[in-house]
This record gives sequence, C-alpha cells and structure tokens, in this order.
Amino acid sequence: MNITRRHMLILLPAAAMAWESVLAGTPEDAPNYTMSEHWWSMLIDIPRCIGCGNCVRACQAENDVPDGFFRTWIERYHVDDWNMANPQVISPDGGKEGFPSVAEDDKGKYFFVPKLCNHCADSPCTQVCPVGATFITPDGVVLVDQKYCMGCAYCVQACPYGCRYIHPQKRVADKCTLCYHRITKGLTTACCEACPTGARQLADLKNPNDPIHAFLKTHSVQVLKPQMATGAKVFYNDLDGSVR
Amino acid sequence: MSIFRDAGHLFRLAGVYLAGTLIFLVVRAVVVPHSFGQYGHYRGAAIAEIADRPLHFAGHQACETCHSDIAQTKAGGMHAHVNCEACHGPLANHAADPSIDPGKPDVATLCVRCHAVSAARPRAFPQVDADQHSGGVPCNTCHQPHSPAIAAGGSK
Amino acid sequence: MPGVDGFMYPNEISLYWSVLIVLYPYITGLVAGAFILASLVRVFRVEAVGPTYRLALLTALAFLLVAPLPLQLHLGHPERSFEMYLTPHRTSAMAMFGFVYLWYLMAVLTVEIWLDYRADIVALSQSTRGWRRLFYRILTLGSSNVSERALHIDERVGWFITLIGIPSAFLLHGYVGFIFGSIKANPWWSSPLMPVVFIFSAMVSGIAAVMLLYMAASRLRRQPIDMRCVDTTAQYLLYTFIVDFSLEMLDLIHRIYEADESFRSLNFMVHTKLWFSQVIVQICFGTLVPILLLAFVQVTKLSTAVRKRLYVISGSLTLIGIFAMRWNVVIGGQLFSKSFLGYTTYKMALATREGLLVSIGLTILPLFILAVLVKLLPPWPKEQHVLQAAAGGD
Repeated sequence: MNITRRHMLILLPAAAMAWESVLAGTPEDAPNYTMSEHWWSMLIDIPRCIGCGNCVRACQAENDVPDGFFRTWIERYHVDDWNMANPQVISPDGGKEGFPSVAEDDKGKYFFVPKLCNHCADSPCTQVCPVGATFITPDGVVLVDQKYCMGCAYCVQACPYGCRYIHPQKRVADKCTLCYHRITKGLTTACCEACPTGARQLADLKNPNDPIHAFLKTHSVQVLKPQMATGAKVFYNDLDGSVR
Repeated sequence: MSIFRDAGHLFRLAGVYLAGTLIFLVVRAVVVPHSFGQYGHYRGAAIAEIADRPLHFAGHQACETCHSDIAQTKAGGMHAHVNCEACHGPLANHAADPSIDPGKPDVATLCVRCHAVSAARPRAFPQVDADQHSGGVPCNTCHQPHSPAIAAGGSK
Repeated sequence: MPGVDGFMYPNEISLYWSVLIVLYPYITGLVAGAFILASLVRVFRVEAVGPTYRLALLTALAFLLVAPLPLQLHLGHPERSFEMYLTPHRTSAMAMFGFVYLWYLMAVLTVEIWLDYRADIVALSQSTRGWRRLFYRILTLGSSNVSERALHIDERVGWFITLIGIPSAFLLHGYVGFIFGSIKANPWWSSPLMPVVFIFSAMVSGIAAVMLLYMAASRLRRQPIDMRCVDTTAQYLLYTFIVDFSLEMLDLIHRIYEADESFRSLNFMVHTKLWFSQVIVQICFGTLVPILLLAFVQVTKLSTAVRKRLYVISGSLTLIGIFAMRWNVVIGGQLFSKSFLGYTTYKMALATREGLLVSIGLTILPLFILAVLVKLLPPWPKEQHVLQAAAGGD
C-alpha cells in the first residue's frame, strides 16, 4: 500500500504524463472536446443517498464556495405517514457535516434529497438576465459570466429551486457550473467524484453509450417542480411526491 | 419654407438626439466584447474562461495510474465504487506533484460519516452504532478501509 | 438559524432585494402618476387641474431622474449597468425596462417640458445674466423663435407628445409590474394583474403627491390655493383609488378562492410577518381610510379649511399606503421559501449602502431636485412679475 520513494520516482513521469492529459486544453481548442457533441445532465438516485455530506464538502473545496451559500446541498425529508403536504425538512449547513442520527422507533419515513442547479434547458434565470451574463452553453450547462454580471440578482429571484446566490465578495451571481472545468476535460464533477454510493452520476444525454439511457428505460424518474416547465436536466430516481 | 423656419427648433432638437444616438452606436461598437454573440447572447470567451478554472479533485483515474495496487485491492471489495478522493479529499496538488504528502484521513471521523446508524439512511446500507460495535477501538484495527469486509471468520 | 422559521432553501435565507428595490417602483410610480395627472389637463382638457400641470411635469422629471439611483446602489457592480444598453437581452423584462425608461425620459418628458417652457426659456435667456443666461441659452438650442406660428407648432407637437406620453407612462410603470409579475418561480409576484395593479397604484400615488406638493408649494409661496383645482384632483384621486383597490381585492379574493399550492404558505405570511405592513398599514390606513375620507368629502359640504386638512391627511396616508404596497410586494415576495415550508426575516441595515439612511436620502432627493427645477423653470402661471422675480435672482 505504501509507496516508497523509489516507487514514486519510477511512477513520477507516468503520473506527470497522465496529469498533463487531464489538464489538456480548453473546450475550444482541445481536439477531444466538442461542445455540440454533449448535452450534460445529472442523475440522482435517492435510495442510494446516505446524507454523508461528501458532495457538499467536495463542491466547496473544488469551487471555492463562500460560507453560508451552496452550489449543492442536501435536504433531509421526514414525511409522517400520509401527511405529504407537511414534510419536515432540514438542511443543517447544507448537510455539509451530515445529519443528526434518527432513532429506529421514529415514525414516518426519512430520505435525503441532494439539490443542485438543474441546468434547465428553458431556464428562467437565463431568460431574465438583462445583459446576457448568464446563459446555457451549447453543451447544456447554465453558467455565469462573472466578468460581465452586474449583480442585479434578478436571476436569483427567477430560479424556482433556490440554486443561485450573490457571491458576497465578488458581488456577482454564482451557482453550480456542473464543474464545467472538469467535465470538459473528461472528468466527472467534484460532487460525483466524492459521492461514496454513486447516488449522483454525471450523464451526457447526447452520448448513446452513457449508462443513463439504460437507467431511464427501467426506472421512474422525476424532475423537481415539473409544473415550472423549466426543462430541468437533473433527474431524480424514486423521488417522493412531498419533495419541493 | 416658413414651416421649416418656425419648426427650426424642433429640427435642432432632433439633431441633438441624432448626435446622441450616433455617439451611443460608436461607443457600443467599441465597448462590447468581441466574442459577444459568438454562441448566443453572451460573451463566448466566458465559456473557455470557466473551463480553465483550476482543478482540486484529481479524479480516480489519475490516482490509479500510480496506485494501481490499491485500485486492485479496492476492485474486489465493498468499497469498489468509492472513489479515492471521497475519503482522502481533494488531491490534485498531489497528482501534479507527488512529493506533496497527501496525509492520512482520520478514521475516527471518516467512517462514521457514512456508517453511523440512523433510521434516516437507506435500510440496506451497512450501519453500525460505533460505540457498541467496537467500544472505541479504531475501525481500521479490524477493517481494511480499501476492502473493508473481514475476510476469514469475521463476525460481520 | 436566526430569523428563520421552518425550512428555507439554504441560499434563500438572506434577502437579495433590499429596501432600495422597494423605493424604485415607488418612485417610478410617482413619475407615472404625476404624468397621468398632467395629461388630464392637456389631452382630456380637465381645465380645473390646470394649475398643477407644470408642477406635475416637473415632479415627474425630478422623480424620474432619481428612479435609477436605488437600482444603481443596489447593484453589485454599478459600473457595469451600462451593459443594459450595450447588450440588452431581449427576453429580459429588466433589460427592456431600460429602454422604456430612456424613451420616457428623453422622448416624452424632456420634450414635453421643453416645448411647454420654450417661450419662457427664450424670455429667460434674454433677461438673466451670468451662468443662468448660459444655461437658458443652451436650453434654447440656439433658436429664439417664439413667433405665434412657432408656438402654435409647439402646442400641437406637445399635445401629440402627451398623447404618446399616456401609453408611455402606462408602459413605464406597467413594466415595473411586469418585472415582478412575470416571475413564475414566485407565486407572491406571479400574476397577470401585477402590471395593472402597479399602473393604478402609480396613478394614485402620483396624483396624491402632486396634490400635496401643489398645496405645500402654494403655502410656501403664500399664494391662495385654487380649491377648484384641489377638489377636482382629490376627486380623480378617489376614482383611481377605487379602481386600484378593486383590482387589489380582486387579486386577493382570487388567490384566496383558488388556494393553490402556495396559498397556505402565503396566507400564513400575511397573517404573521406581513400583518402590520400589509393589513394594518397598506389596506386599513393606507387605502380604506383615505378612500373613506375622500368619499366623505364628496358627499358632504365641508368648509375649505376642513377640506384642505382632510386632503392633506388622506394624501399623506395614500403615499404611506402605496409605499407599504411596494414594500409588501418586494420584501414580502422574499420572506417565504419557494419550498413553501418556511419564512425568513428582513433586517434593514441603518448606514450601509442599502440601508435606511440611504433610502431616506433617496426619498428626499427628488424634492431637492424639484426645488431646483422649480427655481430654474417656474411652473406658476405665466405672469410677468413671476418671470421677472425668477430672473431677478435667488
């Protein structure tokens, strides 16, 4: 298990080469990434989420998310028997440090719902941006141009899911980028990388070999707030009707 | 002819507005970023700028190029699908420069994050009441984190 | 979490639109309302309110100049606000509002005031000295043609501008309503009635403001108040107020009867966090009381002194009530979670960029601008001694 100094020296060039290939290029000039060939989305498998908070911590580490704001967070739902209209929901510090334990004899059902930007195909946030500082890329990721955003917060108001915030230091809109700097290099998002149970899976809807197609064929999936008709692209497997 | 004379001030006003509009159009042509409108109503260059942000998580593929032995151990066990950085944390700096010591995760807090018993967790997921289960003995005394099942004659 | 009841999405806990965004529709509303009052004189030939015509126009201009300031102060990057004009996003209500604002300021209000004052400006450019002379000279645009025919042309063009001004004023404030009404994510805002309610509440606040300003200005100038003018203005205030109140009640009743998924949450909010500002201030003291007072004046024969007092009371209550309405829309729309499971609290800061002191300053600023405008362009009847007094210096 331990790598000795000798091992490391042998491995070093190989590691460096692999790392170089990971860092290769930007989406524009990298020969291996063409925006029009992808349409990114995410699959969230509710029965697999254990509420450990790994995704929240990973997101904050990867994306320098300011304290008290969240690009992704986890909610814990507690639905008592038939009372679906009144779920008790908590998300202490976005679920970053996990959730308090629940005793076995507790009534009702519990489950965790990870949330993030839905990268909507018809997103209300990009619709209302007055200057074109937020947009959906040709590969289906909703991004914020922080050099152009004037910080009016209209997009924050327009998002039905509460996924946006104004960065307190940068004073511009901020949100999940679906780790655009990773997925364009062939990596998965930080949250998916750190999820220990595979409850979150990055998916490319334009890739016919992506396992999401097989999954969608055999499972009942749902998006959040479908009545908002936002074309949300984060798909939830086994989502309870009480989730908002 | 005289209508032009008596409405002359209106033409002057129109001239002022026209001049304002022209100045605006010139300023606009100069100030608007070149890549604006390249893909849509936004600054096209912003996409590449965002894609260029630095990585913090190296990704398990990078880890496995060097640590193939661990990858092999993991592949056969219960933690086969748990990526390296899920426990070890973001290590892109270590991947870029292996001489940087990644440190070891603290099992006391790490294991219970996922495995502490809670009725809120999915039933099938392995959970223990740590105090009852081990009485304070660190998890990795018995369980090898990269392949946690206790192989021969273990009670669990 | 302090100030949070129930569950909020974690990013919803702090409010993103502060009291400054309350001021913005309030001030814009005064602009639109004042202009509509002015148009009563010009287009609808309501001669009784004639004495307020020019004052209403200057009031509209003073408030319109201040209207973008709260927005600018609220922006994270005010230096980038010009992007709204450089690369306006066609699908954004806010971007289009930039153009409506510019159109209204440059094509309607400035032109109408300029045409109406042109003869005065030319006269003043000849009778004043020093920087004022230069100022008026610039305003004449180098044309001192005030022949009968030229003034006749001005009159016709001015009438036409007022004619387009009316839909423009509706557009100006309707658009502010649309900025809120078109947000489908927020059930407290999302309503097709929003722009209409905003237009009528704007007319109410604008008429009340000009009525109060006219009375205050007459008092300051030690001139008798033209009671026929104030009576008629108050009458129009009552009528628009009734329409406005009916629309707001229609919206409320519709929401209560429909009781959609958001209803329980919003209903709870109105009964707790918004009870004072919505029910007590806006509906009771800001709407019902002034409507009843104004109606009372209509059906009784009261002395001039009593009528004046009632007008001042009802006008002031109206302004407070309309401000409360803007508050309840803007702040109320951010107090509840879009999950409908919880509520947060708005704490107004005192001396920050978006705090109380700044908003008080911004509310008073238009009055100062108006005082300057009144000094430069006296709105009082064109009597020779007034013009001379203005020319004589401060």
